[in-house]
Amino acid sequence: MKHLLGIEPLDKATIITLLDRADAIHEGQKPSDVLAGRTVVNLFMEASTCTCTSFEIAVKRLRADVVNVSEAFSSSKKGETLLDTSRNIDAMKPAVIVLRHGSSGSPAMIAKHVSAAVVNAGDGTHEHPTQALLDCGTIRRHKKRMDGVTVTIVGDILHSRVARSNIHALGKLGATVRVAGPRSLLPSGVEEMGALVYDRVEPALEGADVIMVLRLQHERMAGGYVPSLRDYSRFFGINAKNVRAAKHDAIVMHPGPINRGVELSSDVADGARSVILDQVAYGVSVRMAVLEKVAAK
Amino acid sequence: MQFHIRGGRLIDPRQGVDDELDVIVQDGRIARIGKGLATPTGALVCDARGKIIAPSFVDLHAHLREPGEEGKETIESGGAAAASGGFTTVCAMPNTQPPNDCRAITMLVKTRAHELGGVHVHPIGAITRGLAGEHLSDFGELKDAGVVALSDDGKCVMNARIMRRALEYGRTFDLPIVQHAEDHNLSHGGSMNEGATSTRAGIPGQPAEAEEVIVARDLILVEMTGARYHVAHASTARTVAMVRDAKARGLPVTCEVTPHHLVLTDEACAHYDTSTKMYPPLRTKNDTEALRAGLADGTIDAIATDHAPHSANAKNIEFDCAAFGVIGLETALPIALSLLPLERAIERLTWGPAHTFKLHAGTMPEGSCADLVVIDPSLEWVVTAEETQSKSKNSPFLGKTMRGRAVLTIAQGVALCDRMKVLP
Repeated sequence: MKHLLGIEPLDKATIITLLDRADAIHEGQKPSDVLAGRTVVNLFMEASTCTCTSFEIAVKRLRADVVNVSEAFSSSKKGETLLDTSRNIDAMKPAVIVLRHGSSGSPAMIAKHVSAAVVNAGDGTHEHPTQALLDCGTIRRHKKRMDGVTVTIVGDILHSRVARSNIHALGKLGATVRVAGPRSLLPSGVEEMGALVYDRVEPALEGADVIMVLRLQHERMAGGYVPSLRDYSRFFGINAKNVRAAKHDAIVMHPGPINRGVELSSDVADGARSVILDQVAYGVSVRMAVLEKVAAK
Repeated sequence: MQFHIRGGRLIDPRQGVDDELDVIVQDGRIARIGKGLATPTGALVCDARGKIIAPSFVDLHAHLREPGEEGKETIESGGAAAASGGFTTVCAMPNTQPPNDCRAITMLVKTRAHELGGVHVHPIGAITRGLAGEHLSDFGELKDAGVVALSDDGKCVMNARIMRRALEYGRTFDLPIVQHAEDHNLSHGGSMNEGATSTRAGIPGQPAEAEEVIVARDLILVEMTGARYHVAHASTARTVAMVRDAKARGLPVTCEVTPHHLVLTDEACAHYDTSTKMYPPLRTKNDTEALRAGLADGTIDAIATDHAPHSANAKNIEFDCAAFGVIGLETALPIALSLLPLERAIERLTWGPAHTFKLHAGTMPEGSCADLVVIDPSLEWVVTAEETQSKSKNSPFLGKTMRGRAVLTIAQGVALCDRMKVLP
């Protein structure tokens, strides 16, 4: 695996190998030294706290050097193209470029022009592969299986790269994926990706093993996708009441950052079903496994 | 320059001609057409055996970028691209810098083309001043200066009241209103066709309905006003169905389709290749099939290239930031030949478009201006940036093998493209 551009091109065996390796690292196995002394550049052209920090910690635990470039301090402010920025960084010989960017397909674009390995840390509304890997790993650790697990993804499916990567990953691993949200936030043809489509939350939660809640960006109101936070939260927010439609041992996940009281009520976010902090912790292990894999010679 | 084009199969759909005939070109005119003609003294002989002779092609829709964006294309380079593809009549869209919304710009384009003396360039005037969609341009003055149609191409006339007035005032001057049918509110933010492919690729989509709601509205206004209306770059099955229905009801409606919409689908965008990004976006297989059927049955009158040159800088960037548009003058013929019977392919590139805008072109009776093309229908060639005559190289067909090519293009009696080495 030269790059990690998305989940869609990966086969089931590769995903399982990555998750097994992440599990081993998470259990305390010593990481490899394949990246030791080499450099990883986190090129984050879109705001992110958690993903960027998670990658940074992962790099450091692999004893590599990390350089963080954020949009605010990049030459894109001076009109430099992404391709030029990437080539310039690549000329300084990093082993890996981790790219977060607002344009779908941008990691694939730069991968054609750089010699470093490219890891997609979220591109537009396309994919967020390491998030899906950490989500699948977290589900597997809690449910001890993937086959036959029912996962309901709730919220802004239309704009969600997390949803897309998870639909691919969960499908390949044998889980059943449901997506739920108002029709205005359900993308055209999403059923062709293998997801079952619901426009109301309660039926979508019926019998679910996992509830994956997505963030509702505030700008969706301006775009006319939903009339108000109030209406959205009332009919599509996950709360202590509707969560009971899922299985009694269903877990609640969220890729962060949470809008408390909008898509997820605080009592559920902090309650017994929530595995949100497990996701965050496991995320570092997954990213270590991914970086090891793409940096392997 | 005199030519004796000998032994080819002359196909002129307008004249109902399809026969082995010689053509003599003298003094910029088609001097004679007939069997076994003698070679006039001093004429260059073109051995056209096994080849097709046809009126050279007419493009209703090209962006020549001059004035204002000469880095992308000029009337000269666009003309060279046209001739290379077998076209000698090109209608130039008005979205230049400044836009062609007045006599001065129309005259500039016409004068420049006249100075070059090759390809005929017919300016299309803006429907609204500055293409802003608010005030009609001076249609009378534009007609007087020589525009053959009116369009805000690149933008849709969104305001139904303005569109009504444009149709009414346009009818007064017998100018067709050429609509870029796109409801900008529905298409907002989209970079490709909306559907399963855009969802998978995470590229914001433009629904087919963005085109269709405008065509539906406009057809109602055409019924109201009786004005000539032309649908630019039709891209969806429902647009074809609506135009077919309107024609059956006798409305003065015409329609064009681009080569790329006939052969490519939105799946070409799945790998973020920006040379597949254009307006309207590439649609689905169902749409390409409907477009081909519409072209075959005459619902669609013309193949028009929507030749839209863009610099590499505007294309070698992220998909959602890249410019909309592809070049097309040099690859239209082989695509037409791959889809239609020979005679019909030629009709849709010659008389079909010429008739649509009432141009003196697209047919070559004796005595007419010597605009003709010799086609080698079985010549296989590869589309390359190096050979592309357009200043810009943004073609989705780069690297592809094409079958059929113009091997000699004559405009106003001058050989502009000579792959047969007829010229000494």
